[in-house]
Amino acid sequence: MRHSYFDYNATAPVAPEVLRTLAESLGEVYGNASSIHYFGQRARQRVEAARRSLAELLACDSREIVFLSGGTESDNLALFGTARLRPGCGIVTSAIEHPAVLSACARLEREGHPVTYIAPDSNGIVSPDSVAGAIAANPTGIASIMHANNETGVVQPIEAIAAVCRQAGVLLHVDGVQAAGKLDFPAGCDLYSISGHKFGAPKGVGALYVRKGIALDPILYGGRHERERRAGTENVPGIIALGCAAKLSYDSAGIAALRDRLEAGVLSRVPACSVNGAAAPRLPNTTNIRFDGIEGEAMTIALDLRGYAVSSGSACSSGAVEPSHVLLAMGLTPEDARSSVRFSLGPGNTADEVDGLIEAVIECAAHLRRISATFRPQELATHA
Amino acid sequence: MPDLIAVAMSGGVDSSVVAALLKKQGLNIAGLTMQLWNQRRLPELQTEKTTGRCCSLDDVYDARRVAEHIGVPYYVVNLERQFEESVVEPFVSEYLAGRTPIPCTLCNTFIKFDQFLTLADSVGAGAIATGHYARVSYNDESGRQEMRTAIDFSKDQTYFLWGLTQTQLARTMFPLGEMNKTEVRALAAEFDLPVANKAESYEICFVPNGDYAAFMDAYLKQKGIAADAVAGAIMHEDGREMGRHTGAHHFTVGQRKGLGIANPEPLYVIATDPKSQTVTVGSGDALLRSTLTATDLNWVSWPGLSAPARVNVRIRNRHLPAAATIYPLQDGRVEARFEEPQRAITPGQGAVFYSGDLVVGGGWIE
Repeated sequence: MRHSYFDYNATAPVAPEVLRTLAESLGEVYGNASSIHYFGQRARQRVEAARRSLAELLACDSREIVFLSGGTESDNLALFGTARLRPGCGIVTSAIEHPAVLSACARLEREGHPVTYIAPDSNGIVSPDSVAGAIAANPTGIASIMHANNETGVVQPIEAIAAVCRQAGVLLHVDGVQAAGKLDFPAGCDLYSISGHKFGAPKGVGALYVRKGIALDPILYGGRHERERRAGTENVPGIIALGCAAKLSYDSAGIAALRDRLEAGVLSRVPACSVNGAAAPRLPNTTNIRFDGIEGEAMTIALDLRGYAVSSGSACSSGAVEPSHVLLAMGLTPEDARSSVRFSLGPGNTADEVDGLIEAVIECAAHLRRISATFRPQELATHA
Repeated sequence: MPDLIAVAMSGGVDSSVVAALLKKQGLNIAGLTMQLWNQRRLPELQTEKTTGRCCSLDDVYDARRVAEHIGVPYYVVNLERQFEESVVEPFVSEYLAGRTPIPCTLCNTFIKFDQFLTLADSVGAGAIATGHYARVSYNDESGRQEMRTAIDFSKDQTYFLWGLTQTQLARTMFPLGEMNKTEVRALAAEFDLPVANKAESYEICFVPNGDYAAFMDAYLKQKGIAADAVAGAIMHEDGREMGRHTGAHHFTVGQRKGLGIANPEPLYVIATDPKSQTVTVGSGDALLRSTLTATDLNWVSWPGLSAPARVNVRIRNRHLPAAATIYPLQDGRVEARFEEPQRAITPGQGAVFYSGDLVVGGGWIE
């Protein structure tokens, strides 16, 4: 059976040109970038070249980039690194953030930082007004709002939010894990997190943009790497690969055309389904479709058994799926949240694959609805 | 994929052997694990011993390793909400009502052979297979799916399976019903399964260390139900007060240990009354009863009961079925009259009727 991949927001394959560079650097660039000798210098040069390449992508100065292990570490360093220098400061974030931000905020709450979780509107947008309101309601030091949502693809008005934060003297961290490489870097944010494996680099490497002049308390203690902001021997091959991935061009229009083809095909041929966040600006590659009366988890498994990899909700530690906190925050009922499926596309997808996926979705939806029509209401505790 | 079979994989030896066996027979299978209960939900019950329990990360890890080893697709599905509604809540309310419920029968009826079958249907599987020890076959003459006890009677699980409907049975395979445990272990070793030497668990999966009382207390506390309202007296059947207790739900009929009272003769719980919160104790003989009434019946191998019939009745798991005559009552209930009085017939448990190795049907003891 042919397997087609429609889960690029979970992770993307390493791009072919990145793979070549990675293989070469794994074999040859083995020096420690902190060593003073020839081998160390070669590694250092490659790390700094990668930093410049990433700086170009983020339209910043290369000294503003800290390399680290990925999106989760980047979000954690941004939040803990700034909050611990502002004891007890208030934090404003949104209810649709990635767990890397939400769990870090929950921890900071226990460390004495009051946290406000802003609800998005029904399209999944966190409005600048709601950020301004939250800042006005409580003394706030830091705001953390994602650039694009991983589940719905909804793009947040970061530049307007940045203006609100700047006016209030609030530091703005932006989780750009899903947006980096797909959208332009938003002007005005103070910290920006990216993860390599979402746009063609391997897993295990990422970066944090820290605007010049912003102090950061490290969360790892060790050597004086990365201008004392992130201890630990640099992941040289990963960083080189990240620099290489930063130069890849992203065919936004082409991928958006495939996504629109998928959306139109499904919406026109499957009754009672709709796109979550349809009225909002969205990433070109993501669509989150709600199929009334269908368990998204069952649809995901059924599609996988037909060779199509998609996703629903987010996996908990056992691998079972829990209803999406993002969709719940947008006001969907738990049933509606559970009946939603995320399709996320990437450069590897073709129109043929999309057409095959549409047919598979139509068949699965029809089958699942036939079953759900005969679904017997549970007669609970008849004997109780 | 009409020929796809969904195998319920728990991460234990039995269901792992089922998966490996069916795969070896060349059948098209997918492994599914039902995530039923979050073991970290009641943190006060967490001990080192509870981390390897059913629905724990270790079991999911084991099931995943087995699926990978035999090369079949594998998924974990979240049925925690359904499990709490259909199994845990009835279990707790039954206990509070002074009965001794069997969550495994509820789970089989409402989750494993209902939700799981629906789920199998959803993903395109026509049938399911589980590691239960029981036999099912279709009888052309009667037109019914018949259930029989497992060949290995020491492993027989029909006591928990009497609630299955004919439709459910028609789509269910129990490949281990014809095998004994030694053969299953040998197969696990032969297939080189990563769980071949794993120990078995007999406990109720969501009750750590078999401590019902601690589970009930922690669950009620989380639900915000005050525990001190349920204290009461322990009375001897002759009317003497023998002591106090902190909740009648801590006791089950037939219980001898842990009563917290000293007495020259062994004392047993012979009744619990949730209304007055009275626990009555007495000598073992006081537990003997010759009849029971069963309600909410499900007929398995027989289509029903229109006239009195001689059967053997099992009143708890691992109870040796005892000879009795069952009489149909007007409202669909059944009365069983035993030839010999039986010890500790407990309201809330199942009464399962057997004719030889045939599972006739069953009901809940009133």
